[in-house]
Amino acid sequence: MSAPARSDVLVLGGGLIGAATAFFLRHAHGLSVTLLERELVGRQASGTNFGGVRRQGRTPQQMPIAHRALRTWSRVRELLGEDLEFRPYGHLRICHSQERADMMAEYARDIRQAGLELQLLTREQLRSRLGIFSDEIVMGSLSPQDGHANPRIAGPAFARAARRLGAAVHEHTEVAHVERDGDGFRVESTDGRQWRAEQLMVCCGAWSGRLSAQFGEPAPLEFRAPSMAVTEPLPYRAGPFIAMNSGLIDEVMYFRQIERGNIVIGGGRRAEVDLDKARAYVHPDNILRQFRELRRFVPAFARVQLIRVWSGVESYTPDSRPIMGPSAKVEGLHYAFGFCGEGFAIGPGVGEVMAEAIATGRCGLDLSPYAIERFAEAG
Amino acid sequence: MSDAPRIVVVGAGPAGVRASQALVEAGLRPIVIDEGLRDGGQIYRRQPDGFGRGYAKLYGSETAKAEALHRDFDALRAQVDYRPRTLAWNLSAGVLHVVQDGQAANLPFDALLVCSGATDRLMPVPGWNRAGCYSLGAAQIALKSQACAIGAQVVFLGSGPLLYLVASQYVAAGAKVAAVLDTAPERPSLAALSGLLARPRLALRGLGLIRGLRKAGVALRKAVVPVRIDGTPEAGVDAVVVRSAAGEERFACDAVGMGWHLRSEAQLADLGRCDFAFDAFSRQWLPAIDEDGRSSVPGIYLAGDGARILGADGAEAAGRLAALAALADLEHPGARARHAAEAPALRRTLRTMARFREGLAQAFPWPHAHAAGLPDETVVCRCEVITAGELRECVRGKDAHEVNRAKAFSRVGMGRCQGRYCGHAAAEIIAAAGDTPIEAVGRIRTQAPVKPLQMDVLQAEPDA
Repeated sequence: MSAPARSDVLVLGGGLIGAATAFFLRHAHGLSVTLLERELVGRQASGTNFGGVRRQGRTPQQMPIAHRALRTWSRVRELLGEDLEFRPYGHLRICHSQERADMMAEYARDIRQAGLELQLLTREQLRSRLGIFSDEIVMGSLSPQDGHANPRIAGPAFARAARRLGAAVHEHTEVAHVERDGDGFRVESTDGRQWRAEQLMVCCGAWSGRLSAQFGEPAPLEFRAPSMAVTEPLPYRAGPFIAMNSGLIDEVMYFRQIERGNIVIGGGRRAEVDLDKARAYVHPDNILRQFRELRRFVPAFARVQLIRVWSGVESYTPDSRPIMGPSAKVEGLHYAFGFCGEGFAIGPGVGEVMAEAIATGRCGLDLSPYAIERFAEAG
Repeated sequence: MSDAPRIVVVGAGPAGVRASQALVEAGLRPIVIDEGLRDGGQIYRRQPDGFGRGYAKLYGSETAKAEALHRDFDALRAQVDYRPRTLAWNLSAGVLHVVQDGQAANLPFDALLVCSGATDRLMPVPGWNRAGCYSLGAAQIALKSQACAIGAQVVFLGSGPLLYLVASQYVAAGAKVAAVLDTAPERPSLAALSGLLARPRLALRGLGLIRGLRKAGVALRKAVVPVRIDGTPEAGVDAVVVRSAAGEERFACDAVGMGWHLRSEAQLADLGRCDFAFDAFSRQWLPAIDEDGRSSVPGIYLAGDGARILGADGAEAAGRLAALAALADLEHPGARARHAAEAPALRRTLRTMARFREGLAQAFPWPHAHAAGLPDETVVCRCEVITAGELRECVRGKDAHEVNRAKAFSRVGMGRCQGRYCGHAAAEIIAAAGDTPIEAVGRIRTQAPVKPLQMDVLQAEPDA
């Protein structure tokens, strides 16, 4: 058996976050990096999600990472030399009850201190600006610089760019064993290849908990499948990504139009996942519920054809905050997973932050709200 | 009747009708879902009311079979829950999801018999995205359902028995057929011949069609390589250009019917999570079934061209056999004996059909090598307007050696048809560009809905 390949950092998991971390480790810090991906880069949650890139709706605590991630998104084309279809045309929340309108107004007031400026739009302003909503809609809240991007191409583009900068990216490589000894980390794949590194990052999405538990840090993840769909192409009009804000899960709908003209839709109840097969399935009834709610708030949807649905395997934490930052128990070990359906929006930014934290021990952001230790008691 | 097994049949073509008939004979009342306005499927497509052309003109040598199928289904009508104009749009564990006239319904089943038929298998040709290009199946439907031709002067291009059958039907209907251009080799191999001899009368009938076309003055070419379909955006196609031993030839026309055999409509099997296996003869992925039509998923049975392209006679046998197998598996009274009595002969029939199919696939091969030679600017995916060059760039520049990967990167197969019409050719282009075996390129994964669903569909029942 050949000697283990050595690098400064081993990244386990080739989702958008792993690929972006590998990219920034090379691009900004010049560290040698090896990325191991069980199947293909960007094929799970980071490739199958809705594609929203929004700050609006996040808590003040999460706003620093959201701001930073938006700046990273705006530099992606220059960094990668590729268009990931990031379009900062805004994120518009709408609601149909006065109670929600009051909550949205309060949020807009409070979140300003965290650096997010929102524009509240009346029913009449919504009508003159967009003209697509039913009379049920009472108010809108626009975050003008948020936007959306294409999940299918993002992770692979970061991985290709990392590879161009010298990162070793191994797809179809399933990790069988991980351990830490006096010489750092040793990782062995199911086909017997070995790697060694000083530092290890675990960013395997829904499958991360198995590895963190092995290091004595279990994570209480729940797994869910969002319900995504796309319509036939319609005449394109550049516009914001629109989300229905409601306390009822069946009413929570969001949609965005891509330049090709198709409208991408998500929302409603999430379905069960098959973690072992790494597959997630949309529940047929939820598709018809989406139709009902979308028709209710945007009547013109009634005459649109839906052509395809899909889902992905997402993981959720009990407090809806991701797990991000260094291990509390093992020197040189880092985590970034459990993004609660929000990982794509901040993925490139998380990669940049994690690379900085790994390379320098600092990242200019307070990662303590995301520390895995917060689950130590519960575990 | 309350604890009678719930059985749903999808499709009212030859397989679906014969499956339904076997179920009714066993005293059951199956639900029969069909997308068509009327029963008969595609091959024995039943005409709208007031249609003037008679059976003999429409079905030629197959008149008696078409009449029998229609008559037998008429006799079943009162004993089945027949739902025409109904799309089976999704399948989840033990439940078929359908929509009829904008109203959804969820149909729980103990056994599901999917007899979903086939569509044309197409190889792109530069210019095939012009107005005036149809599949062979569409050309035939125009004749059988609307009594019209796809053009005033038609070229048929492709390979396989349907190529000659449709051309002959056009000639018989008085349409002008400019040429029949076959990509198959001039002479079939010995292996192909031995397969074709499994059904000698059918093989002879095929030769008769070719003789008839020649007599009618139709230009016949074999071993052609399609070069391009000429035309303009305004007026559509105006000629087909091919290369053959005779050199490069141009056949003027105002419509083209094209196709290379058929491909199974296996979306429901895929949504039902049935296993698939690669079929080397036809170079396509087909749902795995046993001799009687059992899929890998208990309770899901597949019959007819939706599982194996055996033609209408094979579909009738497969439909009946799958229904008898389902009844036996459900331990319906008397079903085991019935199955044991009839299955051997039905299986024998299917084996003969399968040998013939292998002969056809060898005598009229899918011209997979053409995919490698398509110019980069050829549109492959017509729904999303993705060219061969874009697809090759995904392989060479982005390491997409698997078809779903190439789909994610390029949008090939992501449009309205979900890869029905481009998926096989796209896989061949990916295989050739990356020097990957075709079976390793895989198949485009099906996503619901099986066909586009208008968003005014009403739910089956109020939310729980």
